[in-house]
Amino acid sequence: MSDHDYQPSSKLGKWFNDRLPLLTLSNHLREYPTPKNLNYWWTFGGILTFCLIVQIVTGLTLAMHYIPDSDLAFASVEHIMRDVNYGWLIRYVHANGASMFFLAVYIHIFRALYYGSYKSPREIIWIIGMIIYFLMMATAFMGYVLPWGQMSFWGATVITNLFSAIPFVGEGIVAWLWGGFAVDNPTLTRFYALHYLLPFLIFGLVALHIWALHIPGNNNPIGIEIKKPSKDTVPFHPYIVIKDGFALLMFMIVFAFFVFYSPNILGHADNYIEANPMVTPAHIVPEWYLLPFYAILRSVPDKLFGVIAMFAAIFVLIILPWLDTSKIRSAVFRPLYKQFYWILFIDVLILGYMGAMPAEGLYLLIARVATAYYFIHFLIILPILGYKEKTRPVPLSITEPVLGGSPNLENIKKKII
Amino acid sequence: MSDKKPKRREFLFTVSYAVGAVGVVAVTWPLIDQMNPDASVKALASTEVDISSVEPGKSITVLWRGKPVFIKRRTQAEIDEARKVKLEELKHPEKDEDRAKNPEWLVMLGICTHLGCVPLNDKGDYNGWFCPCHGSHYDTSGRIRKGPAPTNMEVPKYEFLNANTIKIG
Repeated sequence: MSDHDYQPSSKLGKWFNDRLPLLTLSNHLREYPTPKNLNYWWTFGGILTFCLIVQIVTGLTLAMHYIPDSDLAFASVEHIMRDVNYGWLIRYVHANGASMFFLAVYIHIFRALYYGSYKSPREIIWIIGMIIYFLMMATAFMGYVLPWGQMSFWGATVITNLFSAIPFVGEGIVAWLWGGFAVDNPTLTRFYALHYLLPFLIFGLVALHIWALHIPGNNNPIGIEIKKPSKDTVPFHPYIVIKDGFALLMFMIVFAFFVFYSPNILGHADNYIEANPMVTPAHIVPEWYLLPFYAILRSVPDKLFGVIAMFAAIFVLIILPWLDTSKIRSAVFRPLYKQFYWILFIDVLILGYMGAMPAEGLYLLIARVATAYYFIHFLIILPILGYKEKTRPVPLSITEPVLGGSPNLENIKKKII
Repeated sequence: MSDKKPKRREFLFTVSYAVGAVGVVAVTWPLIDQMNPDASVKALASTEVDISSVEPGKSITVLWRGKPVFIKRRTQAEIDEARKVKLEELKHPEKDEDRAKNPEWLVMLGICTHLGCVPLNDKGDYNGWFCPCHGSHYDTSGRIRKGPAPTNMEVPKYEFLNANTIKIG
């Protein structure tokens, strides 16, 4: 890379850059050599950055009108919807923005699973990404509590009660989380403070995520290491910027559809009833993006082990780089993995559907099978598959299948493909 | 002398780290403990309930420390049903006699011991309560019989001040 040779053209630029090399950074981002075969599944990183910024900006403006008090919160949200100028728009963008954020992050994660983007040397990118995902779930959960509707209250009750499953100290931890003997005003005010804080932590982790990405560079659809820069790469600007921008526009159409045509379809009607500690809604459901984990929690008949299984479902993703023993990254060259990948994809959709259904009868049975398969995929199939699978031959470079020859001769000599 | 010097430095390092660690813990504790229930929350310790208007077979729900408390006036059939159950059949064995000192009145926290939802009255397979969240069934003594909840619904500390008044807490 030419980062270190970069010199600003103007005298002022050079003076500034010698003292704080922001222009070098900007040049690095523009010139950053990117595999030229990236498809549209690679545009979700940019889309996610957009989502985070939308949530921070709309959240900041909502915070100017929202009141975190158990007597006033519900009314203040209605005040935002009815009285505040464009309050309805800002709140609907924020609420649906959370769903869009998760839609994009799930596509981003499943792209990484398909193309093996979590494998060496990209484990740290993957782990930071999983921490971001975990913080996103925590942030979204606490944000959902703030309107202080029935789902807010009872969702908060159920999720905080998960910690009561911990032996001996569980009850004490729950009282500590609540600041009382039940979910109440102290719980609301601290959730508000944390809901405000976490997005900025996520922002910092996103910076680390991108930094870690820029060390090895992007993975690509055929999953081979490429020489950078070379005939296999294009500069980030303008090629990737334009492609990301176009994808972002398409994404914003979907986003706008939800905001303007069905702003409440992803929410729950019960949350327009003010929180009542005396009455639990007949059917408590978390937001759609948490449903697969909720299904795992409910499919285990024991309270403590249900909670352990739910957290293990996330933890197993963190150690995924060491569970997948195959050296080949992309599913394009892994005929068996490709099939298991789609089975896992369907398994997660089934878990999501079962999370929304009552935990009884056939639903419960299906949820249990799907939960078992989820863990079997990561803990048994992936480790064995790396040894047993007969993979297809991997091309030497991105251009080789088209033009012949290879710009990666050095890599071949060093046998690092 | 030259042998002693590094040892003295190591000692100073160790002592400095130790004092530093104690300092960090001492400063962190108030920041953690501020989240625990505060004095005003703890002060709401007890509540008195007038039960004169509750008919046999009916129950009322009152709020105590932000939690619902069920006060059920049981019929003789319900009492008999609760008392004839063998302890071996129970997931969390407790005698009905211990849960309801005065057999006619069952007082307990109306909170499912699974994940804290409020169970519904006169529902479920055991004619007691049924939690709609994750399907726990309780009997006419509020004991867990079926479903994910680990223990019976909790009986709080309470006393009869007179025939018509219960003090909870």
